[in-house]
Formats: sequence, C-alpha cells, structure tokens
Amino acid sequence: MNRLGNQPPDFLVHEQGDSVGVVVVEGIFTGQNLNGWVMDSDQTLTVTVNENIPLGHKFALADLKSGDAIIKYGQDIGRTVADIPKGNHVHVHNLKTKKW
Amino acid sequence: MSDLTFFGYRRQNDRVGIRNHVVLLPLDDLSNAACEAVANNIKGTLALPHHYGRLQFGEDLELHFRTLIGTGSNPNVAAVVVIGIEPGWTGRVVEGVAQTGKPVQGFAIEQHGDIDTIAAASRTAKDFLQAASELTREKCPIADLWVSHKCGESDTTSGMGANPTVGNFIDKTDALGATNCFGETSEITGAEHLCRERAATKEIGDKWFATWQAYMDEVIEPHKTSDLAESQPTKGNIEGGLTTIEEKAMGNLQKIGKNARYIDVLAPAETPEKGPGLYYMDTSSAAAECVTLQAAGGFAVHVFPTGQGNIIGNPIEPVIKVTANPRTVRTMGEHVDLDVSGLLRREMNLDQAGDALIDMVLRTCNGRLTAAEALGHREFVMTKLYRSA
Repeated sequence: MNRLGNQPPDFLVHEQGDSVGVVVVEGIFTGQNLNGWVMDSDQTLTVTVNENIPLGHKFALADLKSGDAIIKYGQDIGRTVADIPKGNHVHVHNLKTKKW
Repeated sequence: MSDLTFFGYRRQNDRVGIRNHVVLLPLDDLSNAACEAVANNIKGTLALPHHYGRLQFGEDLELHFRTLIGTGSNPNVAAVVVIGIEPGWTGRVVEGVAQTGKPVQGFAIEQHGDIDTIAAASRTAKDFLQAASELTREKCPIADLWVSHKCGESDTTSGMGANPTVGNFIDKTDALGATNCFGETSEITGAEHLCRERAATKEIGDKWFATWQAYMDEVIEPHKTSDLAESQPTKGNIEGGLTTIEEKAMGNLQKIGKNARYIDVLAPAETPEKGPGLYYMDTSSAAAECVTLQAAGGFAVHVFPTGQGNIIGNPIEPVIKVTANPRTVRTMGEHVDLDVSGLLRREMNLDQAGDALIDMVLRTCNGRLTAAEALGHREFVMTKLYRSA
C-alpha cells in the first residue's frame, strides 16, 4: 500500500475496453503475473505477460487478430500486422499507423 | 485558488514578464559575431545568435521579422539592441519592438565595420542594462500570466501522467483568466477530430482543421519518404513505448485538459489578440522551433512535459520540465523541475499533480531558475519555411 492507500500497479489502462495495457515499472519479465489499474473506471485486473516488457511499453489485454484496430484512450491508434496473443508485447513489429 | 499571484516585471505595454533580460538581437547570421562580442563586453546581457536573415522572401521573410520582433517584444525582455548588416531591415526590427514602448536601438555594420559597431552598441547595451537593473517586480494576478505548453521526447508515461498534469493546470488557470497556448500541428494527427471539437466555436474549429490540413498537404505529403517512423514518432518516442502517431497524438492532447476550449488559431509567432484564454499556435513539433515561436508570440513561461527526457531550454522564456517517468527521474533528474511519477504509482492524484505544477510555475515566475536555465540551455531556433532566394 502507498500513502493514498492504493496498491502500486504494474501496468495502467487508460479506459475500460482498451486493447492494451502499459507497463509502469521496470523489470517485468516473461511469465510474470501483473496487477493493473484502469484509470477511467478505477477497476483493477491481472494479466500474465508472455515476454519481457520494458517500462512504458504495451502488451495485449486480449487475443488480437492481424488487421485489428488497437484501442487505447478509447480511440483507434493503428492496425495490427500480426496475430497478437493476450500478454504479448505490442509495438512497432506488430502495430502500424493508419496515417501517412 | 482565485488569489494566486506572482511577482513580475510590468512593462510599458502592461504585459508582465518574469525575467529581465537585455537582449542583443542579430538581424542576420552575419551579425551574430558582433552581438556575441557586445554580450562579452557588457556582463549580464544576452546575445541571441541564429542562422538566418539573408535573401529570405515572401511568407518566410514575414515569419523571420515576426519572430525577431516578437522575441524583442516578449515581456521577459527589458530592452533590446539590434545589430544587422545594413540599416534598412535592422530598422524594421527596431520599429517593431519600439511598439511596446521598451528601450530599443539598432546598429548597422556596413560603412562602420564590426569594431566600431561593437563599441557603439556596447555603450548602449551598458546603459540599457543598468536601467533594467533598477526595475523592480510587482505583485500580479495569475490572469497576467501567459503560459505556453509543448511536450517532447514523449513516451507512454507522458499520456498517463505528465500531460494530464498539464491539462489539469490549463483547466484550472484558464478558469482564472490566464492565457495558455499549445501547438505542434503534425502531432495532432490521429486526434484531429478531437482537437477540432475542442474549439470554442465551429468557425474556430474549422480554422484549426484548415491549418492542420494545410500542414499535411504542404509539408508532410510532398516530402515524406516513409510513414515517418523514427521522425514522428521520434526514435526516442519509440524507445519509450510509443508506436504510432495516433497514439502519440492522443497523449499530446491530454495537455489541454477536459474543459478549456481554444479561442483562436495563431500563425507561427503571432501574438494573441482575443484576450485571456487558450490559444492554438501552428508550429512544428520540434521542441526548440516550437518554443522559440511561442516565446516570440509573447509567452512568458513554458511548461514542458517529457517522458524520455528532452533537455530543451530557451534563452528568454524559462522552460519547466515535468515528467512522470520514474526512470527519467532516476537517470537524468538534473533536468527535471517537477516529478509526477507518483501518479503512476497511485501515490498522488491528478488534482494534486496539477496543484503542484501551478506551485512550480509560480515559483519559477517569482525567480526560481529552471533546470534548463541552471544548465545553460538556450536553444533559439528560427523556423524557416523554404530555401532563401
């Protein structure tokens, strides 16, 4: 517990329904079970990650198919270019912009 | 909150500054050496060397003059010495700055040479500096404060912590009559539909959208050779976990909070003229270019949220760094003015973070040196629209 009486989370989610969580601590490794906090709905959840995820990087909160839109902030932030299982790293290798 | 005040320098035109610089302003690249020599002669003055001012024309030339005149007119500047290669364009900058009522004098190098010009300009700079040193700060309401905002080397912690902190600051200070400004046209891409909706009226939103569309059509589309990965988002953004421009844009827009609505769309370096409120300025998303334009627009203090640790400063407008990234706080804490990483640990909430930022801004206005000032960051970078003739 920290001084506001909350459990410090391992990852944050902007909005309920987002497809990705963001790791907010250093040293997250394959197989770890993470505690998350959804900022807009103040809910908590747990996810096991399948890869090492650096601070600030994203992972899938559900199984995603190639071509799916990734939702973050409740908004479309790009399209997947590979299938992404829940708990896998989401970044430039499997997510591309729809702009430019 | 309504009694928030700071101690600033009230200038002849009633604008309030938080620093008291005597500036040596070169019209052109050729005059940098003379300005730097005067700054060396007269301790406590500030030369602003830059790369341009020769054979520019059209809109690019107008922006050059607007940036120089705006820089000299900024309320953080007490007095200005302008040095140029010839008297015509030098005089145009002098006349522009003189509209504020502050002391300003121009010197031209042709038919005098560097050495006589430096001697004459040094005598004037000395007089200006001693007069400025006798000016005193007075108590001012936060409604007298003009604050610009731009984020840099952002990462996902920016959108979760530092930028929403700025948003909370803007929502609170907008309601108190402060003047705030954001920009970064390319970086709204992916959130342009949301930014358009944040205008005070449909007409202003349409003006914003036309500005964004023109940037796409005239800057990005004709010159791009890829999807801009590693440029926008930058290599540092990607290292920090940001993947696409849409994701970066959503994080960027957290800076304007939830309630404030922008009341006008400014050209680069244009001064707001619609009174207190939130303004959009059409700028590049490169830090030094953007802050230089906002300073030329008249903004007195800059709030700069960062994730991976952009270290930018500006010579006349203090730049306050805010980060929520705990690794950046640990590895490059000397650049950080306000640490809001507690947001990510749920140790603090956004209301507390916004109040902490208001406190840091007011302390900076009262004279606290920012990290960038203490470290000597003075990035003065003119925006150039196209090649010179």
